[in-house]
Amino acid sequence: MTLQGKAHKVGDHIDTDAIIPARFLVTTDEKELGENCMEGLEEGWVERVTEGDIMVAGENFGCGSSREHAPISILGAGMKVVVAHSFARIFYRNSFNMGLLLIEIGEEIVHIEDGHVVSVDIEAGTVVNVTTGKVIEFPPLPQFMRDFVDNGGLIPYVSEKLKNK
Amino acid sequence: MAHTLAQKILQRHTDQKIEGTGQIVQCDVSLVLANDITAPLAIKSFKAMGAKSVFDKDKVALVMDHFTPQKDIASAIQVKNTREFAQEQNITHYYEGGDCGVEHALLPELGLVGPGDIVIGADSHTCTYGGLGAFATGLGSTDVAGGMALGSTWFKVPPTIRAIFNGELPEFVGAKDLILRLIGEIGVSGALYKALEFGGSTVDALDVEGRMTIANMAIEAGGKCGLFPVDAKTLEYTAARGRNDEALTPDEGAEYEQVITFDVSNMSPMVACPHLPDNVHPVENVDPKKVDQVVIGSCTNGRISDLREAAAVLKGRKVASHTRAIVLPATPNIWKQALREGLIETFMDSGCIVGPATCGPCLGGHMGILADGEVAVATTNRNFKGRMGSLESEVYLSSPAVAAASALAGEIADPRKL
Ligand code: SF4
Repeated sequence: MTLQGKAHKVGDHIDTDAIIPARFLVTTDEKELGENCMEGLEEGWVERVTEGDIMVAGENFGCGSSREHAPISILGAGMKVVVAHSFARIFYRNSFNMGLLLIEIGEEIVHIEDGHVVSVDIEAGTVVNVTTGKVIEFPPLPQFMRDFVDNGGLIPYVSEKLKNK
Repeated sequence: MAHTLAQKILQRHTDQKIEGTGQIVQCDVSLVLANDITAPLAIKSFKAMGAKSVFDKDKVALVMDHFTPQKDIASAIQVKNTREFAQEQNITHYYEGGDCGVEHALLPELGLVGPGDIVIGADSHTCTYGGLGAFATGLGSTDVAGGMALGSTWFKVPPTIRAIFNGELPEFVGAKDLILRLIGEIGVSGALYKALEFGGSTVDALDVEGRMTIANMAIEAGGKCGLFPVDAKTLEYTAARGRNDEALTPDEGAEYEQVITFDVSNMSPMVACPHLPDNVHPVENVDPKKVDQVVIGSCTNGRISDLREAAAVLKGRKVASHTRAIVLPATPNIWKQALREGLIETFMDSGCIVGPATCGPCLGGHMGILADGEVAVATTNRNFKGRMGSLESEVYLSSPAVAAASALAGEIADPRKL
């Protein structure tokens, strides 16, 4: 699977209150949450995003609360993948559970600037900066996470387990 | 192999043999928790999974604490849906009305969590129960829905950072200052994907409530959990709540990724300045900024010992006229105890607003929201940009003593100088 889109770059330690402030947590609707994505970072931030764009972030992206509304709002805003230096733990689990793909590339993140076009190839394990030609490799996802992604996240996984019970 | 506390507890809940860090293990869980923000999503996922009933109606806790009492129509609908689910599933531990409080203060008080348990909660501060020696960690709603359906979940066995505090605490320095100091030292991602384990003579001398304050903020260092050994104090606390637990200590020779040692004997009260919990400084080095709001409460510092600490500072004094000081005892029982001890009267006499047991302003929900340019000192756990209201406001995190002193002075103040 290859995903290509324009990069929207944000900084280090972007917390879930920045991704989706608590005042918007009175709904579980993906589209509604998507309309307020990153509203805690900058008012109207989401207006720059077109469907298929890619979120690019620094260290510890998604730190803070356990709200699953955070990955949902990113999906709702039309982004299917986040490439970051690193991710916060709960956010990491939540995103895979929700079908939002996360790619951790550490210090290599400096090779992507806001507005660059980026292409992510999961099988090849590469992030290509189409604008500059830079190729960044990332370690393959752990098998357990791959199974999740391949099977559509946690919901089908639990369904299957319940059937076998 | 010799196990850390985290590995030891995981081992008790799985058939797989734990042989090292990074291993993925399936564990049964002792309790599954969700609140008024996260339960609606968990219920949605639970239904999408095709689950018909929860794994054990006595082992699911639903606590409607964040926007309680329901602050608007949308939040009322969320609670209503959760209540209907609780009724339909016959959930024993559903809390919404006069018996409801901030979840991480409420569940320990009710004896629903304790030593050796694995607790998963759709709330990041679920790690609080590590103060009682539970492997407790925050997960998202769908993970929690899976736990509600199966009674089990998966974990990656974490490496552990051991934090050792030695020495006697000076006056006006307490548990909150210890955890702020640690976070200041290792940073907000210092324990990412890892467990924190606490020890040392200071920790042994701390009461159970102080230990929960520390464990509560493990997540602010990125930690998976924050664990305390289970000693006579823990056992006394949980026995008083109807439990029958056993002592629990890490194995001799357990491997730690890192060991950090602190001497606390000359420590100052600490303050985390905007906008990250690791921007920590001794109070005497913090600019005496004008303070518009003080919040004393939350799952970090809303327990009876915290209220006593604040009341001791406030007693016989007046809150600055330009400052609104809000006190939110974290549970109804704490509220009643504070009333019996005369603390509520002390707060009101000094000009504080005393509110219900709710998360309220901690997450910028309601009951104390900041305007552009306003500054708050809070005993809560997060000072992210916009956490308590406007994106242009600021939150400073501190102990109850520093918060109370700041309310009196109307600016960030050192309780040692009152
Ligand atoms: S008091 Fe604050 S940190 Fe604790 S559960 Fe409530 S909102 Fe979360």
